[in-house]
Amino acid sequence: MTGPRDQFRQPDHPNDHFILTSVVGSYPKPKWHDRARELFEDEDANFDAAAWEESKDDASRLITQEHERCGLDTICDGEMRRNEMVEYFAERIDGYEFNGRVKVWGHNYFDKPSIASEVEYGEQWLVDEYEFTASVAERPVKVPITGPYTLARWAFVEAYEDTETAAYELAELVNEEIEQLVEAGCKYVQIDEPALAQHEDDHAIVGECLERITAGIPDDVRLGIHVCYGDYSRIYPEMLDFPVHEYDLELANGDYEQLDVFKEHEFTKDLALGVTDVHTAEAESVETIKENIRKGLEVVPPEQLTVSPDCGVKLLPREVAYGKMANMVTATREIEAELDDGTIEVPARSGPASADD
Amino acid sequence: MAQIVATTPGLYPLPDWAKDELSHLKGHQKEDLISGNETGDIATTYARARSEVLERQQTAGLDRIVEGQLRWDDMIAHPLTVHDNVETGGIVRYYNNNNFYRDPVVQGELTPDGDVAAELDAASEQVESGLQAVLPGPYSLADLATDRYYGDDAAFLEAVANFLAGEVEQFPEVDTLFLLEPSLVENAPGDGTDERASEAIDSVAQATDADVVVHPYWGALEEKVYAHLLDADIDAVGFDLVSDHESNVYNAQEYGTTDDVALGIVDGQNTLVETPEELRERIDWFEDQTAGEYGTIYATTNTETFYLPVNKFEAKLDALANAADLEEVTA
Repeated sequence: MTGPRDQFRQPDHPNDHFILTSVVGSYPKPKWHDRARELFEDEDANFDAAAWEESKDDASRLITQEHERCGLDTICDGEMRRNEMVEYFAERIDGYEFNGRVKVWGHNYFDKPSIASEVEYGEQWLVDEYEFTASVAERPVKVPITGPYTLARWAFVEAYEDTETAAYELAELVNEEIEQLVEAGCKYVQIDEPALAQHEDDHAIVGECLERITAGIPDDVRLGIHVCYGDYSRIYPEMLDFPVHEYDLELANGDYEQLDVFKEHEFTKDLALGVTDVHTAEAESVETIKENIRKGLEVVPPEQLTVSPDCGVKLLPREVAYGKMANMVTATREIEAELDDGTIEVPARSGPASADD
Repeated sequence: MAQIVATTPGLYPLPDWAKDELSHLKGHQKEDLISGNETGDIATTYARARSEVLERQQTAGLDRIVEGQLRWDDMIAHPLTVHDNVETGGIVRYYNNNNFYRDPVVQGELTPDGDVAAELDAASEQVESGLQAVLPGPYSLADLATDRYYGDDAAFLEAVANFLAGEVEQFPEVDTLFLLEPSLVENAPGDGTDERASEAIDSVAQATDADVVVHPYWGALEEKVYAHLLDADIDAVGFDLVSDHESNVYNAQEYGTTDDVALGIVDGQNTLVETPEELRERIDWFEDQTAGEYGTIYATTNTETFYLPVNKFEAKLDALANAADLEEVTA
């Protein structure tokens, strides 16, 4: 086993084996919460900041508890307080400015910010979110945080010579935020770096960012990185050198075509395997998800396996998102029981990979 | 002394009001993208937006006016994705950017359909002089597409070139034609294909009396590709001095250039707005380094400009126009 993971095992966990279940982060927002945001942004509506705060608290509590009802071992609030994964942070970091929307594809736009002056830590980013979620949750809370490479790459970099320089400066701020989260009691942080999947050659920059991010973070804090929709052969096995415990990877969407990439070299850290596709608006059956989990066991033994969706599920209908999470937990518990019984094998144990770490 | 002509490679950002209206009218999904036979409110909205960007270029004082290519949902793959004999496949990444387009899958003969000519006809009603056409170069357009009809790469490239030439023949009178060829850099043609790419460009250039500028970007051409490109009967080659000025100037020094050149001196993908003086220095630098006696220097953004928010895009148009009007800076 790698990293501090046993702290997330529930006292009443039903099986001897323990495969950690988790989420990537975002979850569909309740319609009334979207409506509340519209009202808050409408100057003519009689909807003040206090009412908007109440809406965020209510949504956060609701989705935190919805995650717990799914049976997940570690949960979050579905990012109910956040608008978008770069914008949310750029609004809080001094140095960013917004100039307007730019095209991503078709009529889908992104309010891509510019780093117009040197970045500095402004208002707090996620500590309030964490403290509220932890106060209403009974299970451990995981905090997803957009990584510095993505915060730089998905912005126009004006104030620095290049993306790399900007990313290193931002990494110092992410480190500061994580230190505050840890002080508030957080034990599980996931750095989201989707931009790495579009610029695989920059994996060394991401690695250097992570060195800065993790400096001084206590050993009992579990750190993961999330990457999605990329060519993993271009970052593996080099990425195993990143100073994190866990790699959360999207694989269900590509029907595990890239799984072999991870078998050629021993997977020495924990694999957080995407087992449900967030681009199909139908919950996969428990049986299908069990087959997917067994794909993960071809790469790592159960004590190194985390099970999660491919990516954030915010674009799905809420009931579908719930169905995927609930089926994912059921499938995981059934796999654990079958491992206890010895009715299924763990191919990763017989291969070159071992769990000696 | 060279005449400085301020222009752009087109593919503008939609005005923000048009982003909203077209999102509402068309939708956000793959099947909602442009079909090429839009009518009614969608066509009217595009016409209003076109008129606005034409006027904005005239206000800035640009020497060449582009139609804006606001309908090109699939960026430079557009001329194929709206074609009747082309089906659109999945959403695929547009070069090395966080942008995506529909994969054009060619299923039948690529007969010219006048889609781009119709845009230029509409623009010509508002532009008395200096109208500039923009098309993908044949190599890039073929590179972005999937061929299920012609069978081999050489035949497909030739078919795409013939399609573009047929399209050009339907154009109204234009002063300049920009052929955008980023694939010549991003997916450089190998032996044999480099020569065919040059011939394909030549055949498109033959279809017009306008000045033809072939504009590669996101780096510099490999030496052989550059040398072959100079064999095509074109008026100007483009150099992306923003992304790689050293290699570009090396090509010019080592192999010479066309009599006219296009210089990508404004960053089409960064919001930092250059001053006219900086831009002028970049032009002077290229002239000094290459000791060239150019007839015309087209001063342009290095890439398309849809990557930019509207306010910065407009500021860059102004900077380009002002740079062209500055007196030559003496070193």
